[in-house]
Amino acid sequence: MARLSRDEIRSIVIDCVSEIAPEADFDALKPERPWREQLEIDSFDFQNLLAAIETRAGVTVPEMDYAKLALFDEMLDYLEARQAA
Amino acid sequence: MSDFTMPSLGADMEDGTFVEWLVAPGDTVKRGQVVCVVETQKGAVEVEIWTDGVVDALIAEPGHKIPVGGVMAKILVKGEAPAAREGVAAKPAPEKPGVPEPEARPSARTAAPAKGVQPLRSATRLRITPAARRRAEALGVDPTKASATGGDGAITLADVERAAAVRPTQQAPSKPTVKDDAEARRSAMRDAIAAAMSLSNREIPHYYLGTAIDVAPALAWLEAHNSGLPTAGRVLFAVLQLRAVALALREVPALNGWYENGVFRSAEACHIGVAIALRGGGLVAPALRDADRLPIDAMMTALADLLRRTRAGQLRSSELSETSITVTNLGDLGVETVQGVIYPPQVALVGFGRITEKPWAENGRLFATRCVHASLAADHRVTDGAIGARFLARVADLLSRPETLWQD
Repeated sequence: MARLSRDEIRSIVIDCVSEIAPEADFDALKPERPWREQLEIDSFDFQNLLAAIETRAGVTVPEMDYAKLALFDEMLDYLEARQAA
Repeated sequence: MSDFTMPSLGADMEDGTFVEWLVAPGDTVKRGQVVCVVETQKGAVEVEIWTDGVVDALIAEPGHKIPVGGVMAKILVKGEAPAAREGVAAKPAPEKPGVPEPEARPSARTAAPAKGVQPLRSATRLRITPAARRRAEALGVDPTKASATGGDGAITLADVERAAAVRPTQQAPSKPTVKDDAEARRSAMRDAIAAAMSLSNREIPHYYLGTAIDVAPALAWLEAHNSGLPTAGRVLFAVLQLRAVALALREVPALNGWYENGVFRSAEACHIGVAIALRGGGLVAPALRDADRLPIDAMMTALADLLRRTRAGQLRSSELSETSITVTNLGDLGVETVQGVIYPPQVALVGFGRITEKPWAENGRLFATRCVHASLAADHRVTDGAIGARFLARVADLLSRPETLWQD
């Protein structure tokens, strides 16, 4: 899979989150606060989200790294860096 | 002849609105088969039948409000000779004064063209994904007009959106109606929760217990289990909590059952209600059936299926009528402790707060670990604190030693 730009990753993540939480408003997201609480993504939603991102972006997130995805930008950073690995 | 009636799906349910039949007269039905869909305050519910037989006549029609216990169909029990059928089956639309009027609010579902043209549909159930069905309702699109591209000819979300884009925009008046419909359903659910919880607070003398559990070993055990699994199949910590509750109930059965008319009736099976918050508000607690008998991965599959169907509004009647205890899990979002309100006529509710890192002292050592607070709200008419404490201590013990959870 070709390397994805940050904008492409962002748009994939937004697509996948919207599929789970259609009412999610990314413009209202406060970047300094955990994004999952703001969008009400529980652990089950989160796991489905990671599976969808895996399919679309080809990036697998191991469970031990879940804590690194607390802020929305952190998640994008993580996915961007991880696809190189 | 046996009557197939509107089931009671919880102490708070008075009636349901009939949506569609999945069988036709003359069809053979088996115990446990889903035969129709009914709209309730908890969403659309797939109703199972509990007798083997042959459908003689379908009485309920789409849009009709039917009280709990109201007859929806006549079933010829196995071995029974078919009665003269002209009476009911030949008459397509009974317009007796006793038959309730269809509800005023039309929805995309009840407006499906199959009604009227072909009053009794059998295998012609519209294949549509739950997300697409909801989207169609929200957009006021008739899903039967969408061309299906999904697997097995199912209509997908994208199909509905394409149909919505093609549709002329002059259909605007239908939109507020659909919105009112969703709003009405939400408010009906609010009323149902209010009624059940008020009854609980009024009649059940609750007592509350709580304990903190060091779950670092359980989380490490789970991570090891999950390391070989695909992302979508990873087992959630909630599965371990539900398993611990199920096993502890075997030792303390006095918390698993119902208190009705002054008598406690112990449940034979372990169908644990899982409190599930709905997007946009509301709460449903359908049963994870036989929670004490499922291996770990099967339990995760069952839980995932239950969560998915609850949110899609596709529960089965047996998941709402035989729940014998409820577990509420505030998960990894939210707060540390919960003191629950028992769902009558159940006699206990177990709560788990979020996992947090805490200082923990053990054997003279102080260290940081990940903890969860477990609580029990129980009915004092049935048990005393000592029994509740025994149960909660057992839950804590099982969760502290994860290797014991599935050793039998």
